[in-house]
Amino acid sequence: MNRLQAVRQRLRRGPAPPLGAGSDQEMVDISHQVLLYVEGLSVSFDGFKALNELNLYINDGELRCLIGANGAGKTTLMDVITGKTRPDSGQVYFGQTIDLLGKTEAQIAQLGVGRKFQKPTVFEQQTVFANLELAMRVEKNILATLVARLSSENLDSISEVLDIIGLKSQHDALAGALSHGQKQWLEIGMLLIADPRLMLVDEPVAGMTAQETERTAELLTSLAGKRTVVVVEHDMEFVRSIAKTVTVLHQGSVLAEGSMSDIQSDPAVIEVYLGEDP
Amino acid sequence: MVSAGEVTHGEVRELSQRLPSAKLRTLPPIVEQLEQCGEAALPLLQAMLKGDLWVRRSDKLIVIAERGKGAEFTLVDAVSGVQLPSVTKKKIKKIVINNRLRVQLRDMIARVTLASEDPVIRESAVRNMLNKMSADNVALLAKARLTENDRQVLAVIDLSLAVYALNHSTDRSLRLNALDVIDGSLEPVVANALSAVLAADSSGVDLEKDADVRLKAQQAFSKIQRRIDFYELLEQIFYGLSLGSVLLLIATGLAITFGVMGVINMAHGELIMIGAYCAYMVQLLMPNSIEYSILLAIPCAFVVSGSVGILIQRCVIRHLHGRPLETLLATFGISLILQQAVRSIFSPLNRQVISPSWLSGSLEINPIFSLTYNRLYILVFALIVFSVLQLVLKRTSLGLHVRAVSQNRGMAKAIGIRTERVDALTFGLGSGIAGIAGVALSQLTNVGPNLGQAYIIDSFMVVVFGGVGNLWGTLVGGFSLGIANKFLEPTTGAVLANIIVLVGIILFIQKRPSGLFPQKGRAAE
Amino acid sequence: MTLANQFSPLHELRNKAPVFLTALFSMTLFASVCNLWVPEDSAFHVSTYTITLLGKYLCYALLALSVDVVWGYCGILSLGHGAFFALGGYTMGMYLMRQVGDRGVYGNPLLPDFMVFLNWQDLPWFWQGFDQFWFAFFATLLVPGLLAFVFGWLAFRSRVAGVYLSIMTQALTYALMLAFFRNEMGFGGNNGLTDFKDILGFNLQSDRVRVALFLCSALMLAAAYCASVLIMSSRYGRVIMGIRDAEARVRFIGFKTETYKVSLFVYSAVLAAIAGALYVPQVGIINPGEFSPLNSIEVVVWVAVGGRGTLYGGIVGAILVNYAKTRFTAIFPDQWLFVLGALFVFVTVFLPQGLVGVFKDQKHWLFRRKSVEDVGE
Repeated sequence: MNRLQAVRQRLRRGPAPPLGAGSDQEMVDISHQVLLYVEGLSVSFDGFKALNELNLYINDGELRCLIGANGAGKTTLMDVITGKTRPDSGQVYFGQTIDLLGKTEAQIAQLGVGRKFQKPTVFEQQTVFANLELAMRVEKNILATLVARLSSENLDSISEVLDIIGLKSQHDALAGALSHGQKQWLEIGMLLIADPRLMLVDEPVAGMTAQETERTAELLTSLAGKRTVVVVEHDMEFVRSIAKTVTVLHQGSVLAEGSMSDIQSDPAVIEVYLGEDP
Repeated sequence: MVSAGEVTHGEVRELSQRLPSAKLRTLPPIVEQLEQCGEAALPLLQAMLKGDLWVRRSDKLIVIAERGKGAEFTLVDAVSGVQLPSVTKKKIKKIVINNRLRVQLRDMIARVTLASEDPVIRESAVRNMLNKMSADNVALLAKARLTENDRQVLAVIDLSLAVYALNHSTDRSLRLNALDVIDGSLEPVVANALSAVLAADSSGVDLEKDADVRLKAQQAFSKIQRRIDFYELLEQIFYGLSLGSVLLLIATGLAITFGVMGVINMAHGELIMIGAYCAYMVQLLMPNSIEYSILLAIPCAFVVSGSVGILIQRCVIRHLHGRPLETLLATFGISLILQQAVRSIFSPLNRQVISPSWLSGSLEINPIFSLTYNRLYILVFALIVFSVLQLVLKRTSLGLHVRAVSQNRGMAKAIGIRTERVDALTFGLGSGIAGIAGVALSQLTNVGPNLGQAYIIDSFMVVVFGGVGNLWGTLVGGFSLGIANKFLEPTTGAVLANIIVLVGIILFIQKRPSGLFPQKGRAAE
Repeated sequence: MTLANQFSPLHELRNKAPVFLTALFSMTLFASVCNLWVPEDSAFHVSTYTITLLGKYLCYALLALSVDVVWGYCGILSLGHGAFFALGGYTMGMYLMRQVGDRGVYGNPLLPDFMVFLNWQDLPWFWQGFDQFWFAFFATLLVPGLLAFVFGWLAFRSRVAGVYLSIMTQALTYALMLAFFRNEMGFGGNNGLTDFKDILGFNLQSDRVRVALFLCSALMLAAAYCASVLIMSSRYGRVIMGIRDAEARVRFIGFKTETYKVSLFVYSAVLAAIAGALYVPQVGIINPGEFSPLNSIEVVVWVAVGGRGTLYGGIVGAILVNYAKTRFTAIFPDQWLFVLGALFVFVTVFLPQGLVGVFKDQKHWLFRRKSVEDVGE
């Protein structure tokens, strides 16, 4: 499939950003192979503990799936990592040295943490092309954006991503006019073009057809290795197709962690999660 | 047998009939004789002092006349106090007095009232003298003191004598004694007397030579000062609470439409104005029962403002669902239309709503601290409205539906709540409360087309400050803004206080964007 | 290459500006010529009154443009832009006041009349320097810009948005109005600043100066329009529009949205202030009434009527509504508020895209066809 080849080609260029972005991303210290440390994280809303002393370690280059019932704390965890929610206690480190908790969403994003929302959020009033252009890894301060011109490299990479997400023919359509599945792809495309170190992907296949789901699975597995990907998904079939390691969250803490077959045979998981939906 | 009262009344009548024919020179003896008649002549003497004593030309009857409606004078028989038919000025003639007689009358009235049977009258007579003590009064009071047996009246007499002694006596022990008596009294005249004792001349030398007297006066003075400070603080708090209650009344309606429904209603101020005009209209319709018209105006205003609110909701706001900024603009347009409509119907001039007597006057707690009844009642009224609203929202099925719709509209609709109807009713409720607030405001200020504009920004501030969607926040917000305003006012003036509070809230919102009592949880994101 | 062109601000300017500039300058130059060189008895003569009126409209158009920039492109509904307009007006008014010199009623060479009236002895410190035009000019840019910066920085940093922000801006202008009504503030209190004599040494009452001010307004409007087109079609502009539609997304892509919003707010405030500074010498008075919340919200209606998010829509709306206001108040002075109120309701309910929205829909459809063909090659 030539789209996948395109992705692989793109990734083969290595972690050096082709788009001349800042050097923050290279400073992530992964000398212990762990890219993301989450330790003792607690968040509560009005007495309800969304996260409760949660510990999670994501290795560099890993593809990790997070599963759990509604309210298990998956989205809240992503909110904390990306700086949207401040936790009551706990630590989040990106590599050995970078503390993510004191940083804003924008800083965290510039460090190389990309996020795809549960509900696809794209700039509906702008074209598909403009959506990708904004997501590119470029200087993001005011002066730079005021005078920014599109270089031919920029155009190439946008056109590459357009190919990957299959929206080439709609590049000039308003993003708001796309179907739900296409918006999902566009958002994934925005993630790809930003070329982040860590991708947090919240329910990527909701609203996609079986074929699209399959393509997404291929895409995500092909990303692993060079990129670190954390996927939150409800679709167990999808998780089974991509996951090497699965983490089960329950009531704000990690209930179990391991390969899909380990998880499926774990009595605790069967009781609280799979037990409800045999 | 003829009773004593009738005898004196007869005497008064007889003496009074001599007044019209008397010259200024011959008036004093008649008046002196009148004094002998005691309390029976009191109304007549008081009317004479005020210049309200007239004689009816037709039958030479002595009457107390007061200007009533238009050119008419209302007449009362000066002796019996019987109401007589009103007449024009031509039918009566004034009994003229001069300054000397005025002085004489004043003393006479004091003497007569001091001898009154009613301790309340006696006390007020003494209080009258307290502020203008003279040697004559001292003699009068000293005499009255011997026969006085009411403890309260006695205390005021002692106080008056002490104040006089302190400033005029030369006897040291008498003055020290006087200082004991006046210790702790809050009468303004006492503070004046003490500061006179403590005063220094222009070169800084104390006027009072006696060190003991000075020391004691100093102690008494600072004690009084402390108490005055304390009551001034209480007064400021009361004014603050009063302003807060007005803000609360206005903001309660907003808290429902804005806080619960999420609709910015810029016409809220005009709904208040409509309520105030309702109070005015009701009063116009029932001119003979001003006392109760205000009570009738409350439900009227609720219904009228509420209906206007429902109309606005059905015709405009409904179509702008989920577009808060557009709602804001459209309702602002409505507010312009309502203002101009009122201006066209009632003229741009301010109208006054007359306060019923039970709302005017004040509750006097001590000489320097009193609570005006209208503010007191509005405070109580605001709290009642607030509690009733809480009950409605917490205990009725409408309240349940309102809360359900405000938290999750889609789900509420799915379980069969008629959200459209709930929206209309909620908006009507908020608007109706605005109308009630208008009735309350009509008791404090004049009613005009701009009435609503004056308070609307402040009350938005209250809702935002307290935390949107939280009625308790509105309560706390209203009162704290009211008190903050009134505490700043003495040092900064009213306008600057308003500005400071506004700027303060703008800064506060930066720190806590969701107000004092934010709605927490993921739903709030 | 077509894609690159489409994302080039200059290309956008070449597309949009010519029509606008031609319309604007043909009108203003025609009016100016007809005022100065056509004899008064001619049917083509334009009276100085009309020139002043048109100049006023152009200032309002600039003000509307400034509101469109923040509201139409960034979704920040400011109900307090009248404050920046008025502040710009006051700085210009202060310069004009100092220009009066000893020709005031009291003949004091240093103090403006109202200060003499209030028995002030010295010129307050904040009036120093306003006898220089360049100083007043920079103050016009700096004072409102600084206020917008402080307010915007505080508000956007703590993520006050939507209707909250609107109410805050309204409270801001309301507080300023109360403050400027006070005599102690030193800006003439209730009466404001008026009775100006001349500007840069030229008599304000003369036809030529009026026409010059009118042309200045047109130039400023043209400059502001072109600058705004460039800004809004740059990547910066696309970030701003992204903030309007999905602010969280913009943040997660790595843009500091607060600084973008603050910078845009300041830019917009400065445009409003320039409009105010041009407005005052033409109408000859500035008073605290300009701060009234009603004025600010009226500007929003101009933009809504014209169509927000288009730049020229706000300008068209400002001119149309104000022309209607002038004509209407001449016939039914009391009924204007009914019309204005109804306009608010009508536009928000039936014309959410404004007048230009009606035309834009068709035009946009044409554009889309064309660019799809481009890609096909």
